Amino acid sequence: MRDNHQSWGSYPKAYPQHVHPIRWRHEALPQTERTTSVLPYGNGRSYGDSCQNNGATLLTTHSLRRFISFDHDTGVLRCEGGVLLADILDNFVPQGWFLPVTPGTKHVSIGGAIANDVHGKNHHKAGTFGCHVRTVELLRSTGERITCSPHHHSELFRATIGGLGLTGLIVWADIQLKPITSPLIDKERIRFSGLDEFFDLSNQSNTSFEYTVGWIDCLANQQHTGRGVFIRGNHCADNAQSLTHIPRRTTLTVPFHLPSAVLHSGVIKIFNRVYYHLQPRQLTQARIPYEKFFYPLDTILHWNRLYGTRGFLQYQCVIPSRYEREGIRDLLSVIQQSQQGSFLAVIKTFGAIQSPGLLSFPKPGTTLALDFPFFGEQTLTLLTKLDSLVRETGGAVYPAKDAHMSSEDFQAYFPAWHKIEQLRDPKFSSSFWRRVTRLNTTPQHSTKSESYSLATEKEQAFAHHSLFNNMNQA
Amino acid sequence: MNILIIGATSSIAQETAKCFALEGARLYLAGRNLEKLQAIQGDVFVRGAKQVEAMALDLCLLDQHEHLITTAIHTLGRLDAVLIAHGTLSDQQICEQSVSTTMQELTTNCLSTISLLTILGNYFEEQGKGTIAVISSVAGDRGRQSNYVYGTAKGAVTIFLQGLRNRLTQSGVSVLTVKPGFVDTPMTAYIRKNLLFAKSETIGKHIHQAIKNPRDEVYMPWFWQPIMMLLRSIPECMFKQLKF
Repeated sequence: MRDNHQSWGSYPKAYPQHVHPIRWRHEALPQTERTTSVLPYGNGRSYGDSCQNNGATLLTTHSLRRFISFDHDTGVLRCEGGVLLADILDNFVPQGWFLPVTPGTKHVSIGGAIANDVHGKNHHKAGTFGCHVRTVELLRSTGERITCSPHHHSELFRATIGGLGLTGLIVWADIQLKPITSPLIDKERIRFSGLDEFFDLSNQSNTSFEYTVGWIDCLANQQHTGRGVFIRGNHCADNAQSLTHIPRRTTLTVPFHLPSAVLHSGVIKIFNRVYYHLQPRQLTQARIPYEKFFYPLDTILHWNRLYGTRGFLQYQCVIPSRYEREGIRDLLSVIQQSQQGSFLAVIKTFGAIQSPGLLSFPKPGTTLALDFPFFGEQTLTLLTKLDSLVRETGGAVYPAKDAHMSSEDFQAYFPAWHKIEQLRDPKFSSSFWRRVTRLNTTPQHSTKSESYSLATEKEQAFAHHSLFNNMNQA
Repeated sequence: MNILIIGATSSIAQETAKCFALEGARLYLAGRNLEKLQAIQGDVFVRGAKQVEAMALDLCLLDQHEHLITTAIHTLGRLDAVLIAHGTLSDQQICEQSVSTTMQELTTNCLSTISLLTILGNYFEEQGKGTIAVISSVAGDRGRQSNYVYGTAKGAVTIFLQGLRNRLTQSGVSVLTVKPGFVDTPMTAYIRKNLLFAKSETIGKHIHQAIKNPRDEVYMPWFWQPIMMLLRSIPECMFKQLKF
């Protein structure tokens, strides 16, 4: 069992009442009671509660993992919604095709990649994943199947890209792959000593490098704020290396949740400092397999267990271009003062390519992604501070990684949420959606006892953790 | 490699089919549901299979078997291997109360397989090479009160395969008995999962390997071999007292 369908951050805990696997694409949705909602669940890599439906039904798509067709001339792949990015890479890299956009893990489903409109290190060149989705088939709770694209049912299409799985089940999708001649990436690393240097590097690199990203020592003292390492790369144009010769990587597994104390903030601070100083001062170049470049964390299976059973919170926000320098500096200074740090603080400049998604997260500006071990109230207080800083700049927080933002903040970040609410399938809902909209989105006809207080859903989940855990084992 | 997969919509068989597709094999898929077969057909074709054909039929209709096998041979030209993977997990309690259900379960899990093997055995013997692989079960190693109807069917298949192997070895045909333990598939969807459960992907890949490098009887995963050895060694007078 995959950790009882928790999210990747293991926070907040949620317990679906039913888990219904969808195994075949011609299958109908289950006839649930009129009062419970359903939510598609792909590979459970969303960090917070956007992949959870506490007390209701999850539609798992693990078996909906088949390719349907591939056009060798155009590079358009049609595949079922549960297909993982890893399946596509394994099958198509040897044939000279690559994902148009990839997030930092290949263990996400196509449905999840679309529903969260994921982005990657090439956002400045290629936009989001949703920019490369040609068509999507949605299965609605009425039994209707709607094929939507930028030209047909375009509003529903735009609501589905980044629509958090609320517009219906993504049964299959057409994805535009991109041609490559080598499985290798030419990578460069450059150490930078502060934020201004990062922004300069980023501006210089964004035209000539397809992939750019930075790592930041988020606990560095005041005078070193924003120091880190800039990483940039391009697909290797030299096709001397055969596409089919892809070195196998060994993977390690974290077999169980470590004690939460292991990730004490002191440990994180030392890790960050050592990691920074281990980086060579000069620019270094290397030619490495694509997996090592894009998915360094995928070599440690279940790395989320390093954070213990209490889990962790991911935080990713974007600050619009106008305020990016001050905005990022302010965020880092609040984090530094709180002394709650992150192993992996990632910074990246987004480009101007607009996604078709109504609820899409990226916008022109700079994004910062961090993970915080969950230490209870102090962690939540820190996130609240960060949320309001982001809101002041007109930025946004990434729903796929969120487990905390208030409904006021969410609605300020994403004014288009009303449209999603209108186009949402009335039977589809999630813990996240109930939390940030404060709407009781259980389907109509619900009785009083079933319409539980949504604001307290998270707390309830906590309080009843052990009880539910036992019940759900059955 | 030309392979006929019977019971192709089972999740283990799907995983094995993917492995063969990757090598550019030609596949003939047989199963009950045409829509499911078509879904797999598309998948294995995209994965690299040179040719994929399918036939929908009810394998309990034994008189259809001849037609299936001759069509598969005719379509692919010849068969290098066959994988028989169909089956149902019998509900023991219902079987205990119903003669017809018990007979039906034996037809699905045993008689249909024996019927197919009889025809296929002669084909491969005449061809003088090839691999016959059949998914039996650890349940067939010893009768237990919780699933002895299913166990009987699988046990009979295992013994039939032993005899067939003994007969066909001389002709250069290998016969593979696959004995999976618990596998997380739709067949076991309602059973509470524990550490003994394997993923269908793992079993599917192992079967592919065992067909490529012929073996006789293989437990999957391997740890079922010592477990079943232990279980078989318990004297019947003690075994009958155990409740599982």
